[in-house]
Order: sequence, then C-alpha cells, then structure tokens
Amino acid sequence: MEEKIDNRFGEFGGQYVPETLMASLDKLTECFENAKQDPKFYEEFHRLLNDYANRPSLLYYAKRMTEDLGGAKIYLKREDLNHTGAHKINNVIGQVLLARRLGKTRLIAETGAGQHGVATATIAALFGMKCEVFMGKEDTERQKLNVYRMELLGAKVNAVTSGQGLLKDAVNAALQDWAAHPDDTFYVIGSAMGPAPYPAMVHEFQSVISKEAKKQLQEVEGRLPDAVVACVGGGSNAIGSFADFIDDPSVALYGVEAAGEGVGTGHTAATLETGTPGIFHGMKSIFMQNNEGQIAKVYSISAGLDYPGVGPEHAALDASGRAHYVGITDDESVDAFEYIAKEEGIIAAVESCHAVAYVQKLAPTMRKDQIIICTLSGRGDKDVAQVAAYRGVDVHE
Amino acid sequence: MSKLQAVFENHKAFIPFVTAGDPSAQATVDQVVALAKNGADIVELGVPFSDPIADGPVIQAAGLRAFAGGITVEGVFDIVKAIREQTNVPLVFLTYANIPFKYGYDAFCARCEELGVYGLVIPDLPEEEADEILTFTEKHNVDLIPLVSPTSGPRLKKLVRYATGFIYIVSALGVTGQRSSFAQNLDDLIADLRKVTDAPLCVGFGVHTPEQAKNLAKVADGVIVGSAIVQLAQESDDAPKAVGDYTKAMVEAIAKA
Repeated sequence: MEEKIDNRFGEFGGQYVPETLMASLDKLTECFENAKQDPKFYEEFHRLLNDYANRPSLLYYAKRMTEDLGGAKIYLKREDLNHTGAHKINNVIGQVLLARRLGKTRLIAETGAGQHGVATATIAALFGMKCEVFMGKEDTERQKLNVYRMELLGAKVNAVTSGQGLLKDAVNAALQDWAAHPDDTFYVIGSAMGPAPYPAMVHEFQSVISKEAKKQLQEVEGRLPDAVVACVGGGSNAIGSFADFIDDPSVALYGVEAAGEGVGTGHTAATLETGTPGIFHGMKSIFMQNNEGQIAKVYSISAGLDYPGVGPEHAALDASGRAHYVGITDDESVDAFEYIAKEEGIIAAVESCHAVAYVQKLAPTMRKDQIIICTLSGRGDKDVAQVAAYRGVDVHE
Repeated sequence: MSKLQAVFENHKAFIPFVTAGDPSAQATVDQVVALAKNGADIVELGVPFSDPIADGPVIQAAGLRAFAGGITVEGVFDIVKAIREQTNVPLVFLTYANIPFKYGYDAFCARCEELGVYGLVIPDLPEEEADEILTFTEKHNVDLIPLVSPTSGPRLKKLVRYATGFIYIVSALGVTGQRSSFAQNLDDLIADLRKVTDAPLCVGFGVHTPEQAKNLAKVADGVIVGSAIVQLAQESDDAPKAVGDYTKAMVEAIAKA
C-alpha cells in the first residue's frame, strides 16, 4: 500500500488543483520521496550547487552596518553571490534534477522579478532542455533586462496580459500550460507555494541557506544567531533561511513582507498582515482577498514580492507564532537599497532590501552581544534603473 | 436517487453552461429560461472567480464582464431565485474552491439546497481535498460532481467514490474552450469508468457542434457545452433566442445518437 504523505503544514497546504494535474503531482511526489532517500541524488545536487552555482555562499560580517546601527552584530548571508545572482538557483537545480528523473524534456516557470525565470533558463541550458517562462506583462516592462537575459539563455518568455499582468497571473498561465502538456513538461515553481509537494520541495532545496549559515556562524562565533531576517513574497528564501533554525527556539525568525505604500493604504502586498485564509494556486493559505473570496490586487515596488498569497508553511509559522511577519514600505526599502550600497558596498535586490530595512529597525533594539543573520536573497543590478526612476533620475540611454 | 441522477433515466442529457451575471443578472435569467424551454436537461451556472485557472479565454472574458456588471456571490443566489420563478430546470454551480470556502461550506451548501441548486462542480477541488466539503454537500443533499480527466488513469476508482449525481469527464487536456478533436483515449476512459461506477457520465471541455454532441452521446450519458454558448450569447443581439435555437439543435442531435 502506498503511504499517505502529509501534505499539510498545520491547517495549510494541500493539493487544490484540477484533476488533470493530479497524476503529475502523484508522480512528482513519489519521485521526490525517492530522491530524498537517495545519496546519489544529493551528491549530484551538491556538486552542481558547489561547482556550478558557486556555493557555499558567504556569511559576511557587516561591520560598518553593525557599528552604524549600534546594536546586534549583523551577518549577511550572501545569496546574491550565487550564479545568476539570487537564491532561486538552489531550488531550480533540485527541481530540474527531479524533472530529469521523470524523463521530462520541457521546463516551464513563472517569474516575478525575473530571477527565478533566469535561474530556470540557465539550468535548462545546462541540461539541454526546452524552457518557457511566464511573466506578467507589467513585470516584463519593469524588468526588461531579465527578459533579455532569459532569451539569451535560449528560453521563450511569454508576457501574460490577463489580470494585472503580475506574478499571480504568471502562475495562472503556467498552471494552464502544465495542464495542457502534462506528459513532457515539468513546472518548476520558484517559491515555497503551490500544491504539495512543491512547498516541501522548495523548503528542502532552499534549506541549504540556513544549513550553511548555521555552520558558518558556528565557525566564527561558536553559537546560534538570535534572529534571522529574510524577505517574503511567496517565501522561498525566507523558508530556506529559517529551515534549519525552526527547531532552535532561541532563534527569532522574522519574515519581511512588502507593504507597498503602507499596510493600511490598500496598495500593498503584505499578505500576512492584511490577508485571510483561502484556497488558491493549489494551496490553502493566507491570501489578500475580498470577503467573497475574490483575490485582491497587489502593489509593491518589488516585482518579486507583489504576490497576493504566501507559502503555506509561512501561514503555519505565523499561526503558531514561531515566526513573526512584518511589513516594510517601498520608501523604506529604497532607503535601505541606498543605505547598504553606501555602508557596505553591496547593491542588493530591492526584494532583499525589505529585509535590510527591517534589520535597520531591529538591530538597534538588540544588545551588542546578540547576532542577526539577514539573507540577501539577490543582487540589485536589475533594480538600479527602477530605483533611479523612483528618485526621479532617468538613466535610460 | 439524487435529483440529478433522475435526469438520466433512459435519457441522454444536454447540459449547457452560462456564466452568472454575464453581462447582467437579467441576461442570465433570460438565457437560462430559454435554455430550459428548448430542452436543456440541466443548466450549469458559473459563479465567477477572479482567477479561473481551468477556464480558457472565452469563459475568462465572461467572468470579467460579469464582474464589470457588479456580480457578487449573493447576486448569483438572487439570479437562481429569479430563475426559479420561471422554470424548475435542474441547476448546478461551477465555481472554484475559494468561493464556497469563504462563504462557509455549510452556509453555501444550505443556500444551494434552499434555492434548488442540485450539484457543485469545483475544478480545483480534487478527490484528495473533497472531504472538507463532502460533509456539508451530504448534509444538504447537494451532489459534489467528480471530475475525471484523460490523465486520471489509475486514480479512477477513488475518484468515483462520491459520484452521487453525475461524473464530469474532461474531454481534453488544458483549459475550457472549443476544440476540433478530443483525447484519443476518451472511449477507453468511458469504458474503464463503466467498470467502476454506475453514475451517469457526461463529457465536457471543447464540445461545440451538434455532430460532436451526437458522437459523444453514443458513448456518454450527457454532453456539457460551455464556451460555445457563452460566445454565441455574447455575439448575438438576441442572446436568449440564439442560445435557445442552439440548444434545440444540440438536443435533437443527441436524441439521434
């Protein structure tokens, strides 16, 4: 008899997708469970992470930020230094290894800021697979450079015009494409969301972030951190940053959502602050929606965080109180973008700068003998033009 | 026997779909009455959802028109009330899981029972997640309609476990919308289903011509048509007449099967 696998995180999670996709999810679940028991799978996974994606990523002591903020010691987990410039590649390598085990030849992905699309296009090129990326029309305009990058890597980018033309709409289009091509196609989901087993898979493949960080901090400080801070859209870099610390109760976990113009303004993407339980994109979780269950419009300066939902494990961590979720506005994140550039010489993704902005608030409230790990999920080259525009500077040639 | 199953007693059914509130409540009422008068056996009413991932462009656009016309879930129940003043045609809802979940499964199913909505088709609620609503569909005598697809294969036996009304066979992969061909294994799928269930089998997704309907009715117990009707209504100056005439032609074709 097949064993019933737990698809839930507390009351959240599950597999709320059309029947057409269920056979694919059944096969994927089996493949993932087998891979988890297979040392050869992990051997190849880690070999690619180390030799191709440039892991382990640095855990860097941000001395100037620490001194300037005058509180806890701040370490930055530098996922921005990975090949392709973000944490996304960790998960893509894991999922594409599964795709190969399943005999799939075509990869599809959704992308918001473009980082996950770029990572998927990259690994597709490396593995010689076909790749199509779904990206909201609005996002293709905000992140033109990443669109061209994906095309350079041989991927086809489909601009999605339905809805607001944002990440949510890209996920809808990718799910529809998958339902039409279940035989040859593998859907590489980029965030800790979607139907089971995706949230658990993304957790597994991104947990390399916290496993490394824990070991690295142990080497230099001989102890656990007091707090871990990471930005949350769907929540993949955050779940990876939290994963190995969830069972260490002394480590406070902070997920930083994009508050847009502010949590109370109606122009926000702060799901856990403004959302309610619902069922969407294959999962029961927390969503921004009206009282009839229609999914709400979202807004954030960050194309990677403006998603009206959150991964089910984050919903469960919020419900249990194990992790805390806070909002950071566009203004605060752009200030942080400039702050970390000038203080540390790091141009970090505007998504990651939501986490940096919260560290700016949190560090001064903590003692000097305490430690914060802040994950820089990606690099900010892609955001320079947009931040310039936000400041009224036109850098287009 | 459920009210839906009774429809199929020695009879092949024609089941048209319209999106509630497209483009107005009155338009929907008029169309449903016309469908019923012209021989529709069951009418499927779409309760619009902001992100209908199983639907193709035609039904997505219908949902947007309904929202532009101000449709709400309560408004859909009002449409059902108005329909019930003119016809007793069996009705089922097609909607996405978040709509009844947010309304409250118990309250939603109670409203369905009270107003005479006999069944629920919920494309994003597969067998694995069905138990959470089944408690309440059973309590309120509403049939939850299982969906079966060409990819269901080894899953068939568990999918039919709550088939009290009819079974909705998705005839093709992908989203709703008109097609010229269906999954190659459709006949095999129907034969395999007959081995595990006595429930009526209805085929939908992509059906639009009377010829297709006739051929499908030779092997299935009913034919479901969505996008073709929605598009016809949208393009016509006299939507009730257009969808009524179309229904008549489809019903006649099915009778010849």
